[in-house]
Amino acid sequence: MRILVVGGGMGGTIFANHLARRIHHEMKTGKARITMLSASHEHVYQPGWLYVAMGRATPDELVREQQSLLEPGIEFHVDPVEEFHLAHNHVKCKSGKVHEYDLIVISTGSRPMPENIPGLKENSVNCYTAENAVEYYKQLSEFKGGRIVVTVGLPHKCPMIPLEVTFAMYDFIKDRGLLDKTEFYYTYPIGRVHSLENVAKWAAPEFDAKGIKYETLFNMKEVDGKNAKVISEEGSEVAYDLLVAVPPHKGQEVIEKNGLGENGWIPTNRHSLHMEGEHGKNVIVLGDTTNLPISKAGSTAHFEAETAAENVAAVVKMGRPVKSYDGKVFCFIEAGKDRATYAMFNYQNPPQPKAPTGAVHAFKMAYNKLYWATARGLL
Amino acid sequence: MAERTVDARGSFCPGPLMELIANMKSMQVGDTLELLSTDAGSAKDVPEWVHKVGHEMVDTNQDSEGTFHIRVRKAK
Ligand SMILES: Cc1cc2nc3c(=O)[nH]c(=O)nc-3n(C[C@H](O)[C@H](O)[C@H](O)COP(=O)(O)OP(=O)(O)OC[C@H]3O[C@@H](n4cnc5c(N)ncnc54)[C@H](O)[C@@H]3O)c2cc1C
Repeated sequence: MRILVVGGGMGGTIFANHLARRIHHEMKTGKARITMLSASHEHVYQPGWLYVAMGRATPDELVREQQSLLEPGIEFHVDPVEEFHLAHNHVKCKSGKVHEYDLIVISTGSRPMPENIPGLKENSVNCYTAENAVEYYKQLSEFKGGRIVVTVGLPHKCPMIPLEVTFAMYDFIKDRGLLDKTEFYYTYPIGRVHSLENVAKWAAPEFDAKGIKYETLFNMKEVDGKNAKVISEEGSEVAYDLLVAVPPHKGQEVIEKNGLGENGWIPTNRHSLHMEGEHGKNVIVLGDTTNLPISKAGSTAHFEAETAAENVAAVVKMGRPVKSYDGKVFCFIEAGKDRATYAMFNYQNPPQPKAPTGAVHAFKMAYNKLYWATARGLL
Repeated sequence: MAERTVDARGSFCPGPLMELIANMKSMQVGDTLELLSTDAGSAKDVPEWVHKVGHEMVDTNQDSEGTFHIRVRKAK
């Protein structure tokens, strides 16, 4: 069985390593083969960009060579896919090379699109690329006081970032002795401060206690850079001195161009993780690029990848899958520079987050290093 | 006029309303969207947002399995 993995990020890497370990015998005897195609020779731990923006990490700490993370026997090429020919079971890469497969796994992630909101790209900072996170840190460290506005576009990856940047900046500004000169103004698309009701119930009183103001039902329509204000679809305007954005996202252009899914999100079965539709039988979709109504987060990609790897190994060994994805997501929530909590949920059960503690923060800091073991499929 | 269905059953995060808002962005004026939600809160918070922004509520029903079917038309 020829298994082709497109995307060497969280979902693709965790899947390929888990599977390789499970079918190591079949790979040795030539019964199964895993090939991975990616757009980069690097693997980036994106959650680290939050810390870069706060001056607590540098971008190089968050990068490993992708090849070094892969189990022996996985064939790896840096050659982005440009054409998906799902009806004929092959893809064509940038180099012109064609790869045939029996099963394809697509985990090409998502991309921030600040340019989709007029004025946002030029007038805001964000931590959604390494470069932007460095620029964010520059502007934050030069900030002398005024109003910091957090504005949130939809859809976006990492649902905790709006809260995390707010709490992290609060501690940053406090440590610089600028709290009395700074006003924090948090905005959020729906009628509470976070999509998870129990997280919102915890976060709103934290905001109140810290004097962080908030406006809900606020969806950015445009940013008027000349007058330094952000205007919402709901008709309100908020002036800023520093605008921090969680930009709206799209899936990759190649997904859209090949007609696999509107805005780059591939219609995916919520339990089997197969692509919906005529040619989806031998297509599995993981991570940000699914259209599933769950968080676009590394943990989602991770749990989906584990389920998919178990299923594909079972198909190789006995012709049938064994697992159904239950919608599991686990997200840490950094509540400042030294406390954190977490939210764990699935399709059936909402999260019950606890009060933040130093211990959970310490665990998150450890996880930031342990991540490389997760990528290898060990954790 | 196009119609689309957004299946947000079992969605706690981003949740039905955020799914609806994200989808409305890529629709044309006059298109309708049917949102499937298992969260009773949607029957209240979707109309609240739709009215605030100036789109139109078409109808809301609950089927025998408890799923809410909320239909909205993009008006601007
Ligand atoms: C600031 C920030 C903080 C975050 N914090 C957290 C957190 O605390 N917890 C959490 O769980 N998640 C967090 N995330 C989200 C997490 O990083 C993503 O959800 C996760 O990386 C998604 O995995 P993926 O496999 O779908 O995509 P990615 O990891 O983005 O990987 C996509 C891969 O596809 C490759 N690719 C792209 N185009 C092509 C092509 N045409 N052909 C071949 N390969 C291609 C890319 O090179 C890349 O290797 C955070 C993200 C950010 C930006």
